[in-house]
Amino acid sequence: MLTKAIALFKKDFHSELRTRYAINSLAMFIIVAISVIMFAIGQERISEGLTGGLFWVVIFFTAMSGLSRAFVSEEERGTSLTLQLVAAPSTVFTGKLIFNIILVFCMNTIIALLYAALFESFVINNFGLFLLSFVFGNIGLAISSTIIAAIIAKAGAKGTLYPVLSFPILLPLILSSVQLTLFAIDGTSIETAKFELAIVVSYDVIMLTVSYLLFDFIWKD
Amino acid sequence: MVWKIFLFILLAFVSIAGIAFPIVENPQAWYQFPNIPGLEQNARIIFFHVPTAWLTVLAFFMSTVFSFKYLKRKDLDDDLKAYASAQLGMTFCILATVTGAVWAKFAWGSFWSWDPRQTSIFALLLIYGALFALRSSIEGEEKRATLSAVYSIIAFVTVPFFIFVMPRIMKGLHPGSAEDSSAGPVVNFQMNSSMLLIFFLSLIAFTILYFWIWRISYKSLIIKENINKQLIRG
Repeated sequence: MLTKAIALFKKDFHSELRTRYAINSLAMFIIVAISVIMFAIGQERISEGLTGGLFWVVIFFTAMSGLSRAFVSEEERGTSLTLQLVAAPSTVFTGKLIFNIILVFCMNTIIALLYAALFESFVINNFGLFLLSFVFGNIGLAISSTIIAAIIAKAGAKGTLYPVLSFPILLPLILSSVQLTLFAIDGTSIETAKFELAIVVSYDVIMLTVSYLLFDFIWKD
Repeated sequence: MVWKIFLFILLAFVSIAGIAFPIVENPQAWYQFPNIPGLEQNARIIFFHVPTAWLTVLAFFMSTVFSFKYLKRKDLDDDLKAYASAQLGMTFCILATVTGAVWAKFAWGSFWSWDPRQTSIFALLLIYGALFALRSSIEGEEKRATLSAVYSIIAFVTVPFFIFVMPRIMKGLHPGSAEDSSAGPVVNFQMNSSMLLIFFLSLIAFTILYFWIWRISYKSLIIKENINKQLIRG
């Protein structure tokens, strides 16, 4: 099953390299979003708490602009029926999930680097905690946006519907991740932040289970 | 018929009792409520606001149960039951949000202050809104039923997180919050037995009301679907 899923991921990866649609639009979106924030701030120096929140604002909207491609492109090209013939639903979901996880990690690393370079107050004091929350937050973001992308694709690729459906599902994750980023900026120890970390990890596990259970119903027409 | 009269009498009694029974310092008679410091007359909202908030969650739960049933049996009637319950839940959610906000203006001084409970009910409003947006965007009957069932189950799974996440992030003002020591009528049981009696009667009456409206509403939806089908067949 895993070899098939990886083959599926490779297919997506190669078609992405050929068109570079998601990469280009995501990169441009990150630049646009950050420059809007920079223009809004102007010469003022903003507090640490605000940068932590703005960091997740950019991550959320970037994810919403690019991650629905995974399933929407299949519906647009009319290849989803072929995919249903060659692979089991769980395999398809695994392949798409791997692709989205890698995309989220690339995108968020770029956002984090840009933030560190452009915002004076975005200084991480507890790097270990930031890395932990970053990894688990990204995985959760990828899982939820992949399953919602599958729903959106079947609903007729309504672009505006994607953030509307994703936001309530992602809200617990975003709230705890904002809190964890603030802790990392303040330099709080991992011991103090373990409650929030536990929430993010359990969110990942629960969403992964629910997604695998329900994906069959979405995928089969 | 009998239980409809019973429900009418129960709701009328709860409304009159909740609004008119006097709040005194040392309740002696059975119809007197104790004075809860910090809340005083504002405490009366518990008889009407808490049942609506309870129904919001109950309706969401019933909607998820019937979504689950739909996915198991693929019976479109189950989908209509889930939809009817979600519609009712949205109504009660708006009622709970508005009554809560008006109460907050008098108790806390502002309509909205991102208290954990306020944020949770806001998230529920968003989930209900997203569910209706999804439903209205899909043409096919079965596809609409399947996708909205899947979405409501995913949304239901995330709800417990709010209970744990919110109080850690925001300071609680709501009666019954973790940090709240003075005005926690539900948690500390500062209510006397008559207040508790009216409160639970109100909960029971509202729950019966919900099931009654829900039954009428899904029956009318099913009849509407049948008429539509007959019209299409000509």
